[in-house]
Amino acid sequence: MSSRISHFAAALALTTSLISASAAFAEETIKVGVLHSLSGTMAISETTLKDAMLMLIEEQNEKGGLLGKKLEPVVVDPASDWPLFAEKARELIDVNDVSAVFGCWTSVSRKSVLPVFEELNSILFYPVQYEGEESQRNVFYTGAAPNQQAIPAVDYLMEQEGVERWVLAGTDYVYPRTTNKILEAYLKAKGVAAEDIMINYTPFGHSDWQTIVSDIKAFGEAGKKTAVVSTVNGDANVPFYKELANQGIKAEDIPVVAFSVGEEELAGLDTEPLVGHLAAWNYFQSVDSDANYEFIDAWHAFTKDENRVTNDPMEAHYIGFNMWVKAVEKAGSTDPDAVIDALPGISVPNLSGGYSAMMPNHHITKPVLIGEIQDDGQFDIVYETPGLVPGDAWSDYLPDSAKLISDWRAPLSCGNFNTETNECGGKGAE
Amino acid sequence: MTVLRALLVCLVTLLASYSTIPAAMADDLKDAINALAEGSLKDREAKVDALLETGDDTVVPVLTYLAEGDLYFRKSDKQVFLADKTGRTFSLTDPISGDVIPDISKRDIKKVRVNNNLRRQIRDGLSLFALNSRDSAKRLAAAETIYKAQDASALPAIEARLAKEQDAQVIAFLQEARAGLTLTSDAPEEAKLSAIEILRDKGGRQALSILNEAAETSEGAVKDAASRAIVAIERMLAIWNGVQNIWYGLSLGSVLLLASIGLAITFGVMGVINMAHGEMVMLGAYTTFAVQQAVQTAAPGLIDYSLLFAIPAAFLVAGAIGFVLERGIIRFLYGRPLETLLATWGVSLILQQAVRTIFGPTNQEVSNPGWMSGAVELAGLSLTWNRIWIFFFALAMFGLLFALLKRTPMGLQMRAVTQNRNMASSLGVKTPWVDAFTFALGSGIAGIAGVALSQIGNVSPNLGQSYIIDSFMVVVFGGVGNLWGTLIGALTLGVANKFLEPFAGAVLGKILVLVFIILFIQKRPRGLFALKGRAVE
Repeated sequence: MSSRISHFAAALALTTSLISASAAFAEETIKVGVLHSLSGTMAISETTLKDAMLMLIEEQNEKGGLLGKKLEPVVVDPASDWPLFAEKARELIDVNDVSAVFGCWTSVSRKSVLPVFEELNSILFYPVQYEGEESQRNVFYTGAAPNQQAIPAVDYLMEQEGVERWVLAGTDYVYPRTTNKILEAYLKAKGVAAEDIMINYTPFGHSDWQTIVSDIKAFGEAGKKTAVVSTVNGDANVPFYKELANQGIKAEDIPVVAFSVGEEELAGLDTEPLVGHLAAWNYFQSVDSDANYEFIDAWHAFTKDENRVTNDPMEAHYIGFNMWVKAVEKAGSTDPDAVIDALPGISVPNLSGGYSAMMPNHHITKPVLIGEIQDDGQFDIVYETPGLVPGDAWSDYLPDSAKLISDWRAPLSCGNFNTETNECGGKGAE
Repeated sequence: MTVLRALLVCLVTLLASYSTIPAAMADDLKDAINALAEGSLKDREAKVDALLETGDDTVVPVLTYLAEGDLYFRKSDKQVFLADKTGRTFSLTDPISGDVIPDISKRDIKKVRVNNNLRRQIRDGLSLFALNSRDSAKRLAAAETIYKAQDASALPAIEARLAKEQDAQVIAFLQEARAGLTLTSDAPEEAKLSAIEILRDKGGRQALSILNEAAETSEGAVKDAASRAIVAIERMLAIWNGVQNIWYGLSLGSVLLLASIGLAITFGVMGVINMAHGEMVMLGAYTTFAVQQAVQTAAPGLIDYSLLFAIPAAFLVAGAIGFVLERGIIRFLYGRPLETLLATWGVSLILQQAVRTIFGPTNQEVSNPGWMSGAVELAGLSLTWNRIWIFFFALAMFGLLFALLKRTPMGLQMRAVTQNRNMASSLGVKTPWVDAFTFALGSGIAGIAGVALSQIGNVSPNLGQSYIIDSFMVVVFGGVGNLWGTLIGALTLGVANKFLEPFAGAVLGKILVLVFIILFIQKRPRGLFALKGRAVE
């Protein structure tokens, strides 16, 4: 605990010293905005990403900075308040004059800052898995699109575990609703009957899972192999998993695959009864690669805590930050237009031992990993896609989106090009 | 579990020392076991099958360790060992000879990977081994697994065991397992009819799905009997479903009662709009976490009872903070509800951020003691232990608080002060101190609620926020100032919520309950049990 406080003090000191340094040599630094909630409900997830960004920036400065200048982090706290995200983004770009912003977690916070980035023409790197159906010129999506997480997970269950009956359980907001819509269409296309799909939504922070878990149990006892696809978000996961364990739902009988449960979320749980339940991500802390071991060591040294875990959105920031650094070096300046044009095609090492590339639709290529929860709170990787999966901004399984493509390179320069009408600006046009 | 594993290791050693296995066979077996080290997860299924088919007891510990993820192979020679973690190193046991190699570093060995398919295959396969165990509890568990698996290849083993089994419960399970398999096979009609009868008496959803399949695929007398059995089972299930719903409702009600009972004092009796109530619950939960950590380091043997130490600790911590809060802030704001609301709201944010700074923003792990884990099967019901304990704990808390208010001098003074402050004061009651202690009592009880709630939800800085709305809802609905109202209100809302949930879904169910309360408050502004007489100002 004292180490945490001292770390906090050190970070504060670092920030203030950097700010005072910047006052003295105003032209010497390149500013990088960090837009993650440090208070309120989302602080649980986003604080870690702020720390990860500070670590990456510090490492880059040790390597000599960028374009001969030092990088300077500008950290703001949007306090889990969606309209405040837009205000803070404006403050970062207008007042602090940052070259790029790394931030946001929930989709609604991203949607709230989109107009700001468009208006002020800056760059946002968004590190979290999301529902897709979006591609914006100023935003680079380093988290997974549905085809990089949800679809491979469902394929795994169908092929490896022979699942025929599906429960799609989610928290009631845009990410689970869109993801489940895509999954439902996908499952039906694969020949799953409507009565073999059960869809269930719960409010944010839902804590009484008795009825739903017993419904799942009943649904799973109908003779066909059943699995739960969970897009349950944040705080509601702990009571959900506790109830699963207490009602004796074993992973061998009804596996639960989650898209929002990572190492960080499992930290608050006794995982002994949950061994075998699954998660689909593009990175796990248990990935066996030299780059990953180095990253974990650096993270433990930076946080001065051997028990801090790493997770998927941290890797997304690692990839995004390195891509930005490379793009700035390629463009020779931090001018947003030049960097936006330089980014597609940039390829950097990811933490699972390969390379991730930025594509013209502002999404990246990643491997998809399926992991089973272990009793030590880590994941054991049981499946890995043979190659890299390119992120698809517009789902092929929704009729409205299937005909849309996104390509920000000249001459197309469009995030939602309709291939049927050959026009830019279909669904989701700004 | 550790006892079981120790037994298994002993078993291996015994087998090895008596050397019941001929040398040549032992070599084959050794190769078959070492083969587990290589190949993909998919290939491993065939290898596990090969091991199961040997019927040799040596494979039992190997497969059990594999299923638990404790089977490792040495990187140097790809030899497979049973691994037990002792501190930072592993001790390896040779599955055939039983030789133990201590102090092996994690770097020299690699885990034999396992997934759900393999675990299921091993569980089902080993249940046939366990069927001949001396321990009747193990045989019972094995028979249950066999019933659930419904694998036709198990039939000879079932018949063989039925011929010599003595335990009535095991016989019943095996007969049910056989009945299920008979029904899906091409057995004669009489056998199928008696199988239907057994399954009808068994009941439950799995019997239902077997019968459904039988009714679809068969004809004549079997089809009719199956259809009749389905109707009978469905009727039973519907009844049990209703009972289960009532229990879920009471259980949710008891959680609401726990969350709101402290507020029934601070808001209900004293009239303070206490927005920091949820944070008192949160502090109680964090105290539980701290106590558990302390017990873990000081006396690991008592870890299952750490909750008992946490209850007084949480009461004192939350009560003390409540006391300071009343003395420092709230007493200056009596009679000014709006300022009280804003001030306590501010306090709640300060407490949240303080906890976040000290303990970090992530969830903390509060483990469930053994006696609060798992579920008990009661006829058609499945009741989880933690909910049962919390239900009775909530009732006990209510009883204690009620007795305190009605039967002790302190309770008398509290009621006197809240009913007529001037009169109580002129009779010599030190009203400011009674206020402070009443508020501390309400806060302390909220802290105790935190101990219980840490067992079913997360322990995070936001814990309190998720309960504050529900708490106010219960107190207002039940009638401000009346403890009975809080009890009845909490249970009513719990049951109503759980009966709406299956039809309307969790989101809409919650909205409907809120709408109902708003309408109810229009009709009866003072809640279910309104205070009457001069106390009402």
